[in-house]
Amino acid sequence: MASFPAVLQSEWTKVRSVRSTVWTLAITFVVTLGVGALLSLLTNNNFDSFRGNSESPFDATGTSFSGILLGELAIIVFGVLAVGNEYSSGMIRVSLAAVPQRVTLLAGKAVVLGALALLVSLVTAFTTFFVGQSLLGTHSTTLSEPHVLRAVFGAALYLTMLCLFSAGVTAMLHNQTLALGVLVPFFFLLSPILSAVPKVKTLAHYFPDYAGSRMLLVYEQHGQPYGPWPGFLICLAWTCAALAGGALVLRKRDA
Amino acid sequence: MIELHELTKRYGETLAVDNLSFQVPQGVVTGFLGPNGAGKSTTMRMILDLDRPTSGRVTVDGKRYGQLSEPLKYIGALLEAKAVHPGRTAYDHLLWLAQSNRIPRRRVDEVLSLVGLTSVARKRSRGFSLGMGQRLGIASALLGDPEILMFDEPVNGLDPEGILWIRNLMKGLAAEGRTVFVSSHLMSEMALTADHLVVIGKGRLLANLSMAEFIKQNSRSAVRIRTPHVEQLLTALATAGLRATATPDGAYEIEDGDLVHLGDLAAGHGITLHELSPQQASLEEAFMQMTADSVEYHAGNGEGRDAAGAWGATWQPKSSEQKGD
Repeated sequence: MASFPAVLQSEWTKVRSVRSTVWTLAITFVVTLGVGALLSLLTNNNFDSFRGNSESPFDATGTSFSGILLGELAIIVFGVLAVGNEYSSGMIRVSLAAVPQRVTLLAGKAVVLGALALLVSLVTAFTTFFVGQSLLGTHSTTLSEPHVLRAVFGAALYLTMLCLFSAGVTAMLHNQTLALGVLVPFFFLLSPILSAVPKVKTLAHYFPDYAGSRMLLVYEQHGQPYGPWPGFLICLAWTCAALAGGALVLRKRDA
Repeated sequence: MIELHELTKRYGETLAVDNLSFQVPQGVVTGFLGPNGAGKSTTMRMILDLDRPTSGRVTVDGKRYGQLSEPLKYIGALLEAKAVHPGRTAYDHLLWLAQSNRIPRRRVDEVLSLVGLTSVARKRSRGFSLGMGQRLGIASALLGDPEILMFDEPVNGLDPEGILWIRNLMKGLAAEGRTVFVSSHLMSEMALTADHLVVIGKGRLLANLSMAEFIKQNSRSAVRIRTPHVEQLLTALATAGLRATATPDGAYEIEDGDLVHLGDLAAGHGITLHELSPQQASLEEAFMQMTADSVEYHAGNGEGRDAAGAWGATWQPKSSEQKGD
């Protein structure tokens, strides 16, 4: 059987040797940080008019993470490309000839992608939090406030899981164009729209992005179906299901 | 050693590979011949466990491919020329392959220089020509220093220099005692490189024999004579007990004739000759006859043999078109 450390090393070489890795991960960082910083600054400067007479407490953590909905696009694209470029180039047959144990190959890829995505997400989440808080001035919060540290880690886990979910879906569809065509509209149109439609939103509340984003909330919201930890577990379940589905398709299908 | 045992692959209604059994002999170049669509690539993908057989089995060194640990050390394959991420450098492509099978890094430099790509090793493969892509593919096949090499149509689309390079490479690999299994749809190409032949058509085994045997069975030699004194020549030949066949262009052919004997004979009778030349029926012709019944896509009138030389010969005006096939 193929040695797992060898597969990890090989997958790491694959990931670091293409430019799309650097680009997509850099965009994840820049967009999440930039949009978050901008909204924190605007909120601080126009605090009273923004808040009006809202009764719910002000979520300084959430404000600094305003950019995550755009930043997640880039890390989803990273997950799709890292798996999908093997299919678009025909390289998958070279990979499988080198490592015929197909599940081992996909597992190695997922570990490498997950570790890299987690590292980048952690740096992104903490940088975004600290920059955002410094721009919120007197309205800012700190990591020592209740639930704030969990929310920052939650942001990193959220990005990592969406990346792996996308990688799994791409392995299932074995086509990167198709995967982008399915995932991007799903996360940017379908899921946000459906979660605003009465009745349908009950279903949309169990989608991976909605569930995962519960981890970012510091205060309990009115009408929220579940808390941050069930949200984490639901998102994790989607991620595992996508990867398992990808492994199943890879194992059964002619390459 | 590659062994196929009643290997069958069905795609829906189509039988791509039909009950194929043969062994690839060790230490020589084996040509895997068949017309396009005969099932050569499918067979090779099944050897590598990329496509799963519908029934039957195939083993490499007695094991199913999927059971080999670090398979690149047993068998190196080139299936497609450009199965490489266009944004990755040649070096990095070979490096990830080497790492997956715990092949030392210095071997990457070795194979790069072996195929002559050292100067472009750090360039992204996007800009590679077909020939360079083919060399990179061959470098990855050689990476694990395997005993068995498998190439799918390696000369397709190459320029004469590239073709010559691959031909010499294959011969060199076999001379080192390695097993080379190479597919082609060109008999003329195999005649120059292969020691052994496996011919398939429509997924079925048509022939499995040594090149020498194939030539012996299929080569037909004749002497071609052209003369202005036809009557005298035919009489002289008949007296000598030889039979001449007229060719459409007015010459005559004598099967298995001897050049010296025929020249002397003509001179003895004072017959002027305008041509006296040895003729060798091409192996290509023999191959095409062998596979004629199994050619998937016929040109024109449906006779595979005619497809090679007579493109357009069967063209007819639309009004008189009455073809059944």
